[in-house]
Amino acid sequence: MQSLLVNHYIILATILFTIGVLGVLIRRNAIIVFMCIELMLNAVNLLLVTFSAMHNEAGGQVFVFFIMAVAAAEVAVGLAILVMIYRNVRSVDINRLNRIRW
Amino acid sequence: MTLPIFYILAMLSVFCALMVVVARKPVHSVLYLIACFFTIAGHYLMLNAQFLFAVHIIVYAGAIMVLFLFVIMLLNLNLESEPRKSVIARVAAVSTAGLLFLVLLAAVKSAEPVILDTSASGVGLVRHVGLKLYNEYMMPFEVSALLFLTAMVGAVKLGRKEATHS
Repeated sequence: MQSLLVNHYIILATILFTIGVLGVLIRRNAIIVFMCIELMLNAVNLLLVTFSAMHNEAGGQVFVFFIMAVAAAEVAVGLAILVMIYRNVRSVDINRLNRIRW
Repeated sequence: MTLPIFYILAMLSVFCALMVVVARKPVHSVLYLIACFFTIAGHYLMLNAQFLFAVHIIVYAGAIMVLFLFVIMLLNLNLESEPRKSVIARVAAVSTAGLLFLVLLAAVKSAEPVILDTSASGVGLVRHVGLKLYNEYMMPFEVSALLFLTAMVGAVKLGRKEATHS
């Protein structure tokens, strides 16, 4: 009977992070890109909690708490920006949001 | 004993995360993301981080995803004509993500296995996290209150319709 290893959690967090990167690259809907960024943040959170449990040290979990706080603030501002963009452009397709490219 | 539970939870979270990317309708993506967050909360519980388990469910499933759902319903995005990238862009994205995964995996591969024993540690209890938070990390905690105030003002300012164009 194998026991649970830290490496299992590292690999799981890697997979989740990669899926988040894939979503950011593959989707054109800005809201889904945003959700994939949340997924990446959660992969990192999971890794931090794992290492915190491995070292018996609560500092990592405090940092996860702060990441959650920053993510909440970021989502509020980001979704407000998205709503404003939708009002002006009538779309959240990121391929059409290229006006500040030039 | 914990290994089968871990595998089931891990498979569920990977499946839900994949469905977030694959699902056609944005509402389905949001629902799968909520399911994914619940499985991650299960992982926190397995790692004996009870405080983060509660905070994760309250903040993510309770606040952030409700915000996402509101915005999706507000924007009326549930159309069948969801924009898709070209085939070349999709192939490039998948291969880039796959290469990133391989690089990260190669970095992990040489790490020697460490057995994770969370049954005895009480490091994730509210008491320990709270003591750490209010002793060592007092200043960042206060600054995060300022961050929330800024975010709130910014969101209200951005979300308002510009009635007066002064």
